[in-house]
Amino acid sequence: METLALDLKQEKTMNKTKKIDWGAYAYLLPVLIIIIAFHVLPMVMALVVSFFEWDLIGSPKLIGFHNYARLFSDPLFKKSLINTAIYALTSIPLIIFLSMFIAILLNNPIKGIGVYRTIYFLPVITSINAVALVWNFIYNPEFGLLNKVLAGFGLEPVRWLQNPKTAMMAIVVMSVWKGLGSNIIIFLAGLQNIPKQLYEAATLDGANVFQQFRHITWPLLTPTTFFITVMSVIGSFQVFSQVYMMTPRGGPLKSTMVVVYYLYRKAFEQFEFGYALAMAFVLFLIILALTLFNKLVVEKRVHYN
Amino acid sequence: MTTQQLKHFTVHLLLIIGSFFMLFPFVWMFFSSFKSKAELTAPSDTINVLPDSMRPEIFNDDDAKARLEQQANDEKAWNEAKAAAEKKQAELVKAGKNVSIDSLMKEAQEKDRKLRKPFELWDNYKEALKQQPFGQYFLNTIFVSITVTAVSLFFASLAAFSFAFFKFPYQNALFMLLLGTMMLPQQALLIPNYIVLSKIGWVNTYLALTVPWFASAYAVFFLRQFFMQLPKDLFEAATIDGCTRFQFYWMVALPLCKSPLVTLGIFTFLSNWNAFIWPLIVTNDENLRVLQVGLSYFQSDAGNDWGPLMAASTMTVLPLMIMYFFAQKQFVESQMSSGMKE
Repeated sequence: METLALDLKQEKTMNKTKKIDWGAYAYLLPVLIIIIAFHVLPMVMALVVSFFEWDLIGSPKLIGFHNYARLFSDPLFKKSLINTAIYALTSIPLIIFLSMFIAILLNNPIKGIGVYRTIYFLPVITSINAVALVWNFIYNPEFGLLNKVLAGFGLEPVRWLQNPKTAMMAIVVMSVWKGLGSNIIIFLAGLQNIPKQLYEAATLDGANVFQQFRHITWPLLTPTTFFITVMSVIGSFQVFSQVYMMTPRGGPLKSTMVVVYYLYRKAFEQFEFGYALAMAFVLFLIILALTLFNKLVVEKRVHYN
Repeated sequence: MTTQQLKHFTVHLLLIIGSFFMLFPFVWMFFSSFKSKAELTAPSDTINVLPDSMRPEIFNDDDAKARLEQQANDEKAWNEAKAAAEKKQAELVKAGKNVSIDSLMKEAQEKDRKLRKPFELWDNYKEALKQQPFGQYFLNTIFVSITVTAVSLFFASLAAFSFAFFKFPYQNALFMLLLGTMMLPQQALLIPNYIVLSKIGWVNTYLALTVPWFASAYAVFFLRQFFMQLPKDLFEAATIDGCTRFQFYWMVALPLCKSPLVTLGIFTFLSNWNAFIWPLIVTNDENLRVLQVGLSYFQSDAGNDWGPLMAASTMTVLPLMIMYFFAQKQFVESQMSSGMKE
């Protein structure tokens, strides 16, 4: 902030002594126009519309905080929040456990690391819609691969995406598979920052692999784990595409209705734009609160060097 | 075996098992796209990864092929087709419509041939392309991704260059404003942007698919970091030697930032290629659909017709995979440097 104040002061003196550099603004103009037209003004409009009842056809009706108040008594919104929380609470630990484990394996001096990295990263670059389709086929109750494999073990077929008990888990597994690669790379970078001498000393002291993990890897990796947790929380509260592709209409008994999907439905299928916007802002506040919680409470347990 | 060898063996084993799970969905998708409907929906519990159309002992069974072809042409089939056509004509005449026996005959024969025709390797792809204009979706996706990547890189680098090399009033305030927009909730933006675009008649146009993405605060921030690292003396020396500011930007600054530009370019291209919710909202005209939206429509139309569906996903995924194998490092970097955005 100090440098900012200093810069501002310099700017003021510059104004008096020198001509204003209009050319500099010309370089900024395209970006500024688009950012203002498609980000800043719409955000102001969004905030305003969230206090109205509006279906785009009729004229907007001012209803104050009614849209926000309505959210608190909307059972489907509550359900979608709970579903989103379930998605976050199951996918994040899985992602962290698996990607940390694989990163530790990849951190060994073995051959073919490049090949493994390529393979694990592959789902990250592919489109979520295409892979969701593939997983729909795998999960298909009659013709799907998964049930065929289960049948091989003499197990009954499961209607993965049609059963309210399994639908969300099926989506979580697919999402973990899709996102694993990028988290592995982040953990690998974190692991490479841990000094090798620590492990050598620990081996000399007779510590086994698990003790080394417990006392060296885990604590020194906490900054990375923390970073991944924060990003995953933000990401999982915005999950949409795979839910849309895999369980149309919010899934069996609305068991996969997540917040962004509910918002999409309210806005673009039922045309309750004001209500959907109120939801968007509440979602934003929730994500903000969770991020602040992570920053203020969880980060205390992170070991920075 | 020493403990070291044992350890490496275990590591490889675990990594190979993991790789299997990472790759298998793609392998399954790819081979399923060459399977006939009968094969895909067979109630058998045995799992054949390779499709019949690729297994030489089945595919090259000349005998079976010849027999089927002959059947399609034989007299009996022709008689059956004629009987069916006559029956249908009688029905239509009863309903008060007049249709020539020839066209009905053709239709019946076509149907007959289809039933008898053995499944061929590319049939699912042909079927997918017949049911949905994936060619058009492809062109739309390529057009949108390339346009947005090129224009947004150009605009962002101009702005980043200005922030890094020039001094002007409200410079920091403007930069802060730009950074601030990165924190805005994207879901809240969808709705007012849609409202405005529908009021000015941009819904169902290429403009709606591209223009809002021509500026990215993240890209400006990212490139500014690299421009800041270029020595200021270079800029001063060049301008004293009579190089204009734009010439310096175009001929010195941009070439020196080639690798961040490539990283950012891949990131922008990928996120546009894979974008879904925005194109879903602003287009409902089939001619303007992008691949991802086309896939979601195709899924709801095709139901359990998994062969063509897998062919469509393969077509969507393959171009990016091929690019990825040629530029792995840049792809990984592009996805990592942008951890904060998505």
